[in-house]
Amino acid sequence: METLLPELLRSLVSGLLMGMVFALVALGLTVIFGVMDIVNFAHGEFLMIGMYTTLVTAPLIGVDPTLTLPLAGVVGAALGLACYFGVVQFLLRGPMVAQLLGTFGLMLVLRNLALLFMGSEPRSVHKGWLVGQSWLVGPGVVLESTKLAAAVLSIVSFVAVWWLIRRTKTGMALTATSLDKEGARYVGISTERMNGLAWAIGGASVAIAGGLLVNFWPVDPNVGLLFTMIAFATVALGGFGSIRGAFLAGILIGLIVSLPTVWDAFIRYAGLGDLSIHSFKYTFVYIIYFLIMVIRPQGLFGWKQ
Amino acid sequence: MLEVQDITVRYSGLPVLREASLRVEEGQTVSVVGANGAGKSTLLKAIMGAARMSSEGRINFRGQSIKGLKTEEIVRLGLIYVPEDRKLFKPLSVEENLLLGAFVVDDEAKKHTKLEYVYDLFPRLRERRRQAAGSLSGGEQQMAAIGRGLMSNPKMLMLDEPSLGLAPLMVSEVFATVRRLQQEGLTVLLVEQNVLEALELADYAYIMQTGRLRHEGVAQELLQSDLVRKAFLSI
Ligand SMILES: Nc1ncnc2c1ncn2[C@@H]1O[C@H](COP(=O)(O)OP(=O)(O)OP(=O)(O)O)[C@@H](O)[C@H]1O
Ligand SMILES: [Mg+2]
Repeated sequence: METLLPELLRSLVSGLLMGMVFALVALGLTVIFGVMDIVNFAHGEFLMIGMYTTLVTAPLIGVDPTLTLPLAGVVGAALGLACYFGVVQFLLRGPMVAQLLGTFGLMLVLRNLALLFMGSEPRSVHKGWLVGQSWLVGPGVVLESTKLAAAVLSIVSFVAVWWLIRRTKTGMALTATSLDKEGARYVGISTERMNGLAWAIGGASVAIAGGLLVNFWPVDPNVGLLFTMIAFATVALGGFGSIRGAFLAGILIGLIVSLPTVWDAFIRYAGLGDLSIHSFKYTFVYIIYFLIMVIRPQGLFGWKQ
Repeated sequence: MLEVQDITVRYSGLPVLREASLRVEEGQTVSVVGANGAGKSTLLKAIMGAARMSSEGRINFRGQSIKGLKTEEIVRLGLIYVPEDRKLFKPLSVEENLLLGAFVVDDEAKKHTKLEYVYDLFPRLRERRRQAAGSLSGGEQQMAAIGRGLMSNPKMLMLDEPSLGLAPLMVSEVFATVRRLQQEGLTVLLVEQNVLEALELADYAYIMQTGRLRHEGVAQELLQSDLVRKAFLSI
């Protein structure tokens, strides 16, 4: 028991912290889906580009990686706008499948561009205020400052976007567009602009999440896939288009991903070494996604609430 | 105020609206009546830039051509359409819906004066201001839709079958509202299947049959005509 309890605590804490980052990762996907009914397969690549932005610009400008977050946000927003006005806008006229393949194509293009400019080997942030800092907060429970900061700043960003959407005039127009496009036009809202705004918000929030992640997660051109899957599962669990849902589901998925570690500790404790499931932890995300689709396709909070 | 000349709308090759022409003078109430599927909603949507028209024809609003403009640009010019299916933002509150109706208004003070005006026009909306629009009764939703349309202080209002699916009491309330707006000097284009009421209320009227505005005239005269009495009022 002396070894199991800290392990459990450690997993819960790390799951909770990661969950908050997952929530921010999923936020953009749910906003874009809410407004346009489009799933963006390139979502993880937006995150990857946010990670590279922070990784590359911090030493270049000579500031701490944390200070490059606004820049990651700007790059993400610009990327979102470019994708919408350059590509997605034209896909809207086609059938659903064309839209899916279109954003899939975006994913490949962004990935190959990253490969071209950044190379294939994983890279990490080695210097910074947060890197290497940690505290012992309980028996055996270590809190890494990179993860703590990522979680806290994720919540701050998440709340900022929520406030923008629910408490400002432009945000209300975005909400109206997601609820009824025709109705929105009849009150004078330019739904095309709102689509662009959704992509800008989506790109910015996920790129900021990338800038936070890169402090403790190595980046390579293929890092996006895992996060696209996590974001899909989060959005499906929370309900497509639901912002509140994305938040709670993100935290839930964070906890789910951390549970295998607890199981492994138990296995070790019980002396059953070869039943370890830690290496499958992301498979659970897919299983969860599958189960939601079968049992409760509308997610926890229903669509677009 | 509004002048439509020879506009045509086709859906997958089939003309749904054929060479329609219509005029609405400032301060007038004009009704368009016709059976289901005659093309009445298509006419209004075409005026709003929400239905794809063929290149012929013109639409002028207050001396300016609006053919080819986007819906939101037409709204900014002061022409407001209240669709037959209302298109309310259902999960949002009544008040949020109304405030969204004033999206094109930048002056906060004006917005609130207008909100008070709409609440005075429909006291029931004031009572239900915090309630989700989707939870209102059909009649209340129609009030919310008209109220939302009035929030931007329109120069002209186009109402698409506001009495559709309402109980008789609600129907007369809706027409009473239209009458009041009319007295306040608002220009109204009213599409209705409720022929008797629509003609009694209007200054001028058009009768629409299979995509064409076939007959027109002073509303009172149309009301007396054999055509209307036989075809619509079964007298
Ligand atoms: N988007 C569309 N695509 C194809 N056909 C359409 C479309 N909208 C309307 N139509 C067809 O155009 C015709 C006219 O429709 P419209 O809605 O204008 O009639 P209406 O006079 O408003 O009828 P109602 O009184 O039932 O509202 C109908 O036959 C309808 O089926
Ligand atoms: Mg109609």
